[in-house]
Amino acid sequence: MKRLVILGAGTAGTMMANHLHKDLGKKGWEIDIIDEREEHYYQPGYLFLPFDIYEPEDIIKPIKDFIPKDVRLLTDKIEKIDAEKNLVKMQNGDQLHYDILIIATGAKIAPEEVEGMKGTEWQKSVFDFYTFEGALALRNKLREWKGGRLVVHITEMPIKCPVAPLEFAFLSDSYFKHKHMRDNVEITYVTPLSGAFTKPKATAALDHLLHEKNITIESDFAIAEVDNENKKIIDYGGREIPFDLLVTVPTNKGDELMERSGLGDDLNYIPTNKGSLQSLHYQNIFVLGDASNIPASKAGSVAHFEAEILTDNILRFINGEALKEEFDGHANCFVETGNGKALLIDFNYTHEPVEGEFPFPGVGPLRLLKESRMNHMGKLAFKWIYWNVLLKGTHIPFVSATMQEAGKHFT
Amino acid sequence: MEKIIAGKPIEVNEEGYLKNFSQWSKETGEEIAKEANINLSPRHWEVITYLQDEYKKEVPLSIRKIGKSGVVDIKEFYALFPNAPLKTATKIAGVPKPASCI
Repeated sequence: MKRLVILGAGTAGTMMANHLHKDLGKKGWEIDIIDEREEHYYQPGYLFLPFDIYEPEDIIKPIKDFIPKDVRLLTDKIEKIDAEKNLVKMQNGDQLHYDILIIATGAKIAPEEVEGMKGTEWQKSVFDFYTFEGALALRNKLREWKGGRLVVHITEMPIKCPVAPLEFAFLSDSYFKHKHMRDNVEITYVTPLSGAFTKPKATAALDHLLHEKNITIESDFAIAEVDNENKKIIDYGGREIPFDLLVTVPTNKGDELMERSGLGDDLNYIPTNKGSLQSLHYQNIFVLGDASNIPASKAGSVAHFEAEILTDNILRFINGEALKEEFDGHANCFVETGNGKALLIDFNYTHEPVEGEFPFPGVGPLRLLKESRMNHMGKLAFKWIYWNVLLKGTHIPFVSATMQEAGKHFT
Repeated sequence: MEKIIAGKPIEVNEEGYLKNFSQWSKETGEEIAKEANINLSPRHWEVITYLQDEYKKEVPLSIRKIGKSGVVDIKEFYALFPNAPLKTATKIAGVPKPASCI
C-alpha cells in the first residue's frame, strides 16, 4: 500500500486531507496526518479576541472533528524529515515511510529575533496577538488599560495575514471610542513598509482610512531593539518611538523542523514552485500554505485556493502526468475597518487589489476596496464558513481558485 | 518614462528605479547617489556590487539577508545609506525595488 503523509493539521493540512481522502482511498492509498497538538485554532479569531468580540471557545475545536474517518491522525512531534530516504522521524523514535509528503506546518512568530522584544515587558506592556496566549493576555490588558500611547507595529515582512495589524489599529480606534476613552489614546501604526500596505492602490485607500481615524503612521521603520526600561522601540537608523502599550507582530518564520531537516531557507520557509506547489528540491514533496516561500500572502484564503490546485496536481503526480503550474497567488481578504464595517480585497501575483464588485461583476454584493457593512457581515460569516465549509474542503460557490479579472476596475 | 542620467537617456519607473539593468553604468549610480545626497565611497561600492550580484542570481533582497551576508551589517548599511537603505541602495545599483513585502 502506498502512503501519503501530511505534516500539520492546521487550515492547509486539514483541507488537503479532506480533498484527497476519497480519490486516494479508491486508488488504495493510505493517508496519514501528523500534528503535535490536539486542538485546531481558528487563527483569524485572534484578531477579535483582544477586543472581547470573540470568546476562546469560538476559536478552539478538536482537530479530530475535522479529519475524515479514513485518514489516520497521529498526535506526535516530528523530529526530522529525511527527504533522501522518504522518512518522517518522530520524537518518540517511530518513523514513517512516505511515497508523497505534503508539508503544511505553517509559520509562527519568533520574537527572539529582535533584541529586547521578549524582555522584561513581554506580556506586561509588549504583546503579540498572533498566538492564542498572546491574544488572550492582550485582552486582559486592554480590559483594564487606562490609555496612553498605543503602538501597533510590524517587525519585518513577510508576515501571516499582512492586513491583520492594520485591522488591529482600526478595531482599537472603535474599541476605545465605545469605551469613551479614545481621547486618552494615541494610536501609532509603525511599519517597515513605505505605507499601510504592500500594493499601491490598497495602500492609498488604507492610508486614507488611517488618517480618517486619527491614527499616525510611521513608515520605513526597521526595528533594531525594544528598549524595555524606557519603553520605546528603536530602529537601525536611530529613530525612536515611545509606547505605553506595544502590540507587535514579531518576525514570522517557518517551523524549526525545516532547519533540522535542511529543507528551509533563512526563515525556514521551503523553496517551492509558485505555480505547481511542488518542492524545488524533491519531486515527491509538496508544500501548502504558510510553510512555502512562494510570493503570495500567508493567509487561509491562499491555502484554500492552493488546495484546489494541489489536489489536482497530486492526482496527476500519482498518474505520472505532468503537473499544472496554475496557481496564480490568488488571495481574498476581508479587512475589518471598525464600527461594524469592513472592506474586501482580491488579488494575485500580478494584479494588485483594486475597486470593483465581488463575486458577481457589476453586482456584488460585496464591494472591493470600499468600506461597507455588507463586507463586515461577510467577515463575521466567515467564521461559520471556516469551520463548516472551508476545512472540509468544500468548494465555495462562485469563488474560483484563480483570480477573476471581471468586475475589477483596473487601469 | 525616460530620464537623462549622467548625460544618457535611461528608462526609469515613476519612483526612479531603472527598468533595465543593462542601461546601468558606474556614472549612472554616482548620479543617482548624488540625488540622494550620498557620496559613494569604496564601502558603498562593495555593497552595491553585492546587491547587483544577488540580483543577477535572482535572489530576493531583504534587509535581513544583507545583515547576514557578511558584506555589511545592518547598522553600517544604515550608516552608508540613511533612512531607507535597501530602497536607496537598490536604486543606485540599478536593480528593481525589492518586493520583500507581500
